[in-house]
Parts: sequence; C-alpha cells; structure tokens
Amino acid sequence: MNGLAGASSLFLVAAGLSLIFGVSRIVNFAHGSLYMLGMYLAVALSGALGFWAALPLAALAVALCGAAMEILVLRRLYGAPELLQLLATFALVLIVRDFALWAWGPEDLLGPRAPGLGGAVEIAGRPFPQYDLFLLLLGPAVFAGLTLLLKRTRWGILVRAATEDRVMAGALGINERWLFTAVFALGALLAGLGGASAIPREPANLGIDLAVVADAFVVVVLGGLGSLPGAFAAALLIGEVKAFCIAFGLSQATLAIEFVIMAAVLVARPWGLLGRPLDPGVAQAKAAPPFSLPARATRVALAAVLVVLLLLPAASGPYPLVLLTDILVFALFAASLHFLMGPGGMASFGHAAYFGIGAYAAVLLVLRAHWPVVAAWLAAPFFGAAAAALFGWFCVRLSGIYLAMLTLAFAQIAWSIAFQWDRVTGGSNGLVGAWPPAWLAGERAYYGFTLAVSAACLALLWRAVYTPFGYALRAARDSALRAAAAGIDVRAQQWLAFVAAGGFAGIAGALYAFSKGSISPELLAVGRSVDGLVMVLLGGVHTLTGAAWGAALFTWLQDTAAREIGYWRAALGAAILALVIARAS
Amino acid sequence: MRTLLLAVLLSLTGLACAQGVVKIGELNSYKVFPAFLEPYRKGMELAVEEINAAGGAAGRRIELVTRDDGGTPGDAVRVAEELIAREKVNLLMGTFASNVGLAVANLAGERKIVFLASEPLTDKIVWQDGNRYTFRLRPSTYMQTAMLIPEAVRLKKKRWAIVYPNYEYGQSATASFKKLLAQAQPGVEFVAEQAPPLGKIDAGAVAQALADARPDAIFSALFAADLQKFVREGNTRGLFKTTPVVNLLAGEPEYLDPLKDETPEGWWVTGYPWSEIQTPEHRKFRDAYEERWHDYPREGSVVGYTAVYAVAQAVKKANGADTEKLVAAFAGLKMQTPFGPIEWRAIDHQSTMGAYVGRLARRDGKGVMVDWYYVDGAKVQPSEQEIRALRKQ
Repeated sequence: MNGLAGASSLFLVAAGLSLIFGVSRIVNFAHGSLYMLGMYLAVALSGALGFWAALPLAALAVALCGAAMEILVLRRLYGAPELLQLLATFALVLIVRDFALWAWGPEDLLGPRAPGLGGAVEIAGRPFPQYDLFLLLLGPAVFAGLTLLLKRTRWGILVRAATEDRVMAGALGINERWLFTAVFALGALLAGLGGASAIPREPANLGIDLAVVADAFVVVVLGGLGSLPGAFAAALLIGEVKAFCIAFGLSQATLAIEFVIMAAVLVARPWGLLGRPLDPGVAQAKAAPPFSLPARATRVALAAVLVVLLLLPAASGPYPLVLLTDILVFALFAASLHFLMGPGGMASFGHAAYFGIGAYAAVLLVLRAHWPVVAAWLAAPFFGAAAAALFGWFCVRLSGIYLAMLTLAFAQIAWSIAFQWDRVTGGSNGLVGAWPPAWLAGERAYYGFTLAVSAACLALLWRAVYTPFGYALRAARDSALRAAAAGIDVRAQQWLAFVAAGGFAGIAGALYAFSKGSISPELLAVGRSVDGLVMVLLGGVHTLTGAAWGAALFTWLQDTAAREIGYWRAALGAAILALVIARAS
Repeated sequence: MRTLLLAVLLSLTGLACAQGVVKIGELNSYKVFPAFLEPYRKGMELAVEEINAAGGAAGRRIELVTRDDGGTPGDAVRVAEELIAREKVNLLMGTFASNVGLAVANLAGERKIVFLASEPLTDKIVWQDGNRYTFRLRPSTYMQTAMLIPEAVRLKKKRWAIVYPNYEYGQSATASFKKLLAQAQPGVEFVAEQAPPLGKIDAGAVAQALADARPDAIFSALFAADLQKFVREGNTRGLFKTTPVVNLLAGEPEYLDPLKDETPEGWWVTGYPWSEIQTPEHRKFRDAYEERWHDYPREGSVVGYTAVYAVAQAVKKANGADTEKLVAAFAGLKMQTPFGPIEWRAIDHQSTMGAYVGRLARRDGKGVMVDWYYVDGAKVQPSEQEIRALRKQ
C-alpha cells in the first residue's frame, strides 16, 4: 500500500516525460525542474488560496513555463543533434535551480496538509493516510484520462501520428510547431501536478529536480520509451519493490534498487517492459561527417600548445598549475568519453564509473596493499578497463538512449557499492591520505607528470581514431548493417571501444586521486558523469580534439565562476544555452 | 638623538604590526547546504567586524576570504589549494559535509597549514584521521549521541528501533548509540533498523516498518527534509502517540523551525534554544546578531561566530599567525563563547563546545525546546586511552 502512493506520483512525472519524448524525441533533463517549480508554486500559492485551489493553479502555471521553454529554447533545436538538445535542457536545470533559490530561498518548504484529507483511515488494522489514498487514485485517473485523450480525440490522434512518424505527419499538413508546444505544455502540466500534489508529503527543496528526473528516466526507460502503460507498470514495480525492501528491513538496498531493476530488465528486454524498437530512421539523426585527419596547421597549433604547457611552470605561480592539473585530468576523462560517443556513436551517462573505479583501485592498492604510488597508478587503467569490459558487454547489445541508461544503471550500482561497502571503500567518507611520493609531490612535479601522461594518452586516443580499429568503429556507428555486411564484427568493435575508453578514464581517475590525496564516492556519482557529458558536448562530439577544449572551458568556468559570481549555476546554464543556440543556428 | 631614533623605529614597527593582517581562508558548501550556511556566514561576518572594531587580534586585522567549495571533496581540495597558493591565507577554516572536511583536513596535514574544521561532525576528523594541523569546533557525532544517552536510559525502555540517514554520520551515530546504551542499560534490545538514503526517505513506509516492529522507543538521527517527512508521516499514523523518540540535532533552529505546528511534543533532542538562553555571554551575542542582521541566530550563526573568535584568540596567544605557533597556541586554548567557556583539547584537537539537550514542545504554532540544559562537551568524551588508541598520529 505504501508503495502505491509513491508509484502514483512517480507515474505523473514519468508520463509527461514519456509524452514529450514520444513526440519531440527530446530527452528532457529539465523535467525534474518543472516538478520542482510545481512544488514551490504550490507551497507559495497554498498560503493565500488554500491547498485545493493551489494544486491546479500551480500545475497550470508550470504548463505555461513549459510552453515558454519550448517556444524560446527547444523550438530552435529540433534540427540539432539529439545530444545538443540534451545539453540545452541541462542548462535549463541549472537556471531553474538558481531561480528557485533566488525566489524562495534556501530553506526546505513543507506544504500544508490537504484540508479534509489530513487524517488516516484504518486499513487492514493499520492507519493509512487519507491523502495517500487520494494520490493512489490520482495516478490511475490521470492514466485513464491520458489514454482517452490520446485514443479518442482528434488532438490525440495527431499526437500519436507525430509519435509514429513526425516527418509524415508534417507532410500531411499538421502544424507541428503548435503540436509540439502543446505536448510540451501537457507534459509540463503533468510534472507540475506531480510536484504540487507531492507537497503534503515532501518538502519543496532545491535538490529535488535531479532526484526526480533520475527516477522518472528510470521509469520511462524501464517501461519502454513513449509507452504510457509501460511507464505505469514500471512506476508500480519500482514503488512496490522499494516498499518491500523497507518492510523487510533491507532499507539500505533502496540506495540503488531502481537501477538494479533497470539493469536487469534492460539486459533481458532491450526495449524496456512494453516498449518497441525505435524505427532507426527516426531514432538516429543523419550520419555525422567523417573525421578528417587534422590539417598540418592544426597539428602545428597543437604542438605549440604542448610547448607552452611544458614551459609554463617556469613562468607561473603555483595555483595555475593546480588548476591546469585538474584541466588536464578532465581533458583526458572527457576525451575517453568522446572516443565512445564520437567515433563509437554510443552516449554514456555513466562514464564516471570507470574514472572512479580507477581512482579507488589505485588508492586502495596504495593504502591497503602498500604498493608504491606509481605501481598502483600503472594498475589503475586495468581496473577501469575491466569494469568497462564487464559493463560494456551488456551495453553494446543495446542502442541509443537505452544503452545510455544502462551505462547509468551500472554506474549507479558501482557508486552504491563504493558508498555502502564501508570496510573496504570507507563508505560515504571515502579514503584519505593517498599522496604521491616526494619526487612527485608539489604542484610543479605533479603537473609535469600529469602533462606527460595526459598528452601521451590524448595522442594515443586521437591516433586510434585513424587506425583500422577506429575506421571499423566509425563504420559500425554510421551503418551497423553495412559494416556487418563488410565483415566487421560490430559488437566486438563497440565492446573494444568501451574497454579502451574505460581504461583511459581509469588513468584519469588515478591521476585525479593522487592530486587530491583523497577520494570519495562522488567520483563515481552521476554528477561527475554529467560533467563529462557537458564537457564533450561543449567541445563538440564530431570534432577530434573538442572534448579536451570543452573540459578546459568547463573546469575553468566552474573554478572562476564559483569564485566571482553568486549565482554561478545560472551563469553557466545561460552560457551553455547561448553556445548551444549559436551552434544550432 | 639615538633614543629618539630608536623610539621612531619602534613606533614604526609597531605601526607595521598594526597594519598586519591575518587572512582566514574559509571554504564551505554554501550552494549545497544554504539553510545552515547562510546564518553561519552572518555569524562569521559579525565576529570579524567586532574583532576588527576592537583593534584586531594581536594588533592584526582579521580578513576573511570565503569560497564555495562546490560540495565535493575534489573541488574543495582545489579551492583550498587556491586559498593557500594564490590568496596566501594564514589558515583554512570551514567545510560542512564529513567527506569534504576529511579531504581538506588531509590536505592541511600534507601542506602543513592549520585547518579549523568548523561544521563537520564526523568523529574521524579528530580521531582515526586526525592530524597535527586540524582542529574541530562543533561537538562530534559521538559527543552529541553521548549527550542523549542519560535521557534515553531514564526512559527505561527495553525495545528500541533506530532510523538514520544512510551515510557516515547516521551510521556512526547508530553505532555509538547502540554501544553506549547497551553499556548503560544492560539487556536493552534493538528490534528494528531503518537506513533510508539521505534526503530520499520514503517516510510512510519507514514509519510503518518501525511501527510494525512494536518498539518501546525510537532513536533517530534524521534531520532536514528527511526529519520533516518522517514527523508528518509518523504523526498521521499515530506512531509517536505512545512511543517516545530521541532525535539528534532536531532542536537546532535550522531543522526545528520548518516543523512549525507539527513539532512532535516530548522528543528528546540536541539543539539550540536561542530565545531562552539568558546567560550574559549569550545575550551579548544574540543582541549583537539581531542588531546587525535583523534576524535571530541559528546554530550555524553560533558556529561561524565562534570559529572566527577561536582564530582571533589563537592568533593572540601565538602573537602572530605562524603555523607552528598557531598549532601550539590552539592546544589547550581556553576561550569564551556564546555557549560558555570552552577549551581546545590538546589530546585530539576537539573543542569542548557542547550542546543543549531538551524536549520538543509546541508554542504558538512553533517548535521550541523545553526542560533544556547545557551539556559541556568535555563531559561526553571517551577515555584518553581510547582516544590515543584511535588517534595514531
């Protein structure tokens, strides 16, 4: 019973996300932010108008916000690559969060109890909150309403037509623009309703956006993209499994249980519970232009950059070297992710797993097995690669967003192990005291070491794109069928790409760990994976060296903006939006 | 003539001293935990203004350089390096989450710079992972748990259920509570344990699972949003009608105020009854704070205010901001705080700042603490042998 009420509100959010994806093919990161807006608006409005009036008003206001987002931002991006859209919605997340901080302040705001439903009723000898009963009915009611809307009305038929084949729908004279805006507003309405209806149970807070959108992603992918019944079933499944874990005293398991379920389902059913394979013609944007070998001028420029970096310690104070060490580490991390995403064509939402596993392996070898730092560092890539080999073996059997979500699931499982396995990994505190030996200590020496390693690894990664392996990988990306017909084992190439990317990420992780002297589970957390994605996308997926520049820009921006600007998240978000829109147009 | 020259020289050097500055490099997760850290920042700024208006510490002006540490250990270490290398601060101060605090403490040990960990609660920062350069102000998880043990024993309940956020703070609070209560009250049973993820409690299911275990009493280490949700669901389900609860931190205004008219009556908590403490040192602080900020002080305000004063006192005792002299000055430093006198223990670099233990009650639709009393942090420490065994360095 307890699981059902939670499942019901989860379904509201997931349904909106699923609807939006179905029509516009946009994976809307900002959906959790709309939920958060719904919560804050409902709390603010219920003070003056009472809870029951605030509920629909907040939902409507969020629908308007959603429509505005679509018209002002997303509409400009429908022709852009999928990943650029993702980045834009992520920028919206940053902006909305700082807006909420500015408008409603930092404190958690718990809404009032729902008037008339504040008490509890006795069910099977246990008190059960009346409001939970209301939520329990709200989910199925919305499900039924949506089904009717989509099956029985003309507008619903148009939406389904656009979901099936939006090009065809457009050709038949349907006004796509307004249809997309309307669908986005409806999705936002559902998110707002989900948020507003949650306030008697959950305080509005600034961290809820990413928490909710992660849960909603899991539900949507688990159920099958674009499938409302699937989302409904998945929400029920997750809600119930969590409730059972708590009831049977396994509450620690709720840390990552939804990701375990998702991984298990995706391995067995690559399109989710009730999903269908996407029509590849719709799912994939047109093939990217092939990478050309860098021109002579580019190579000279790169060499010049390397020389400047080599000479820098002579002229610079210590702090720029510290910052540059971070930049070099993240450049390598981003480049390894880019190898998977660019030439490999496989987006990973969980790349931090290999970074973190490399770091943990190296630090554990030093602290527990008392290996010398350099030996431990040399071992790190093998652990990153081994993890990537294991996870990748399952992932390459999927494609597109399903593949990305499976990488996320594996990363979250790895994170929860690092978080929970107190005796070995130090739990949430992590491990401290892993410093490089005297000859490598100090920012100058460690910078030199990082520069040498990163430059060598970057050169290897970039060179690999033009090896037979790299060509085969790109062939597999651009046309799996033709590549297979030409005798390329597509999955094996993709799997190898995973292993290589994991290995290089592991090197970056170990470099990072010894530069900080300590590690903790946040190295594997989803935030770091998202950072990696943003770096790659900032630099451009379809360029050779872009990821490294993206990493440099992102790390530098974060460092400077956090120091100089109060609302640096919003500033970063606005900068990303401007970049994305400029690139798209 | 010669004496005149000497006098001029002396006054010149005196002037140079007076123009000297002690730079505190403060880093904290302002964007991640704003509810606690905004009052903290206000407390710090008030202390800096007061100290400088009174002529500074050992003739030096206190200058505060604050930074957002991004909330992750890796970023925090980079920010700390920036403070050390670019800002050339004399010492580091701050941090909130335990993992960030531990990472910065470790860096301080490596770079040999004093670090005053103001907020983190983890026991490890002064014990297992303690080092020569790290000092901690707030009463630790262990100390706050130990403060509540006498009240837990006085409840005379046999079957206890436990709920805590699933990370180091909750885990070590639970371990300490079980150990200390079993020592104080042999035969006690722990019948259920719930460890929901931090910030993501499914409060309804957790409250139900606790009720199903039919405990005589509940120990909780929940705070912030988790606490709010747990209180509401437990109230709705009648969980607290007959079952007394002992809850760490729930009396701190940061966590108590949002509960408003749902504040559960009778819970034993640690906290800060800011409106009722009438000691002269606290009234002075509260009046100054309210005058400066037109707002009442929170726990964080006291922590920030006291941390800056601690630095000033140590600088005064060391007559300068040289690192090794500061380390020596901190060991055994005695000072006055809004909570009363404290000492910085030489044995583990923990201050003896305590906390208030009391019961929750509702007054005019707000949560308050009643029957409260102050527990000196010096009285809730393990034996010196135990600490020496834990603290290897």
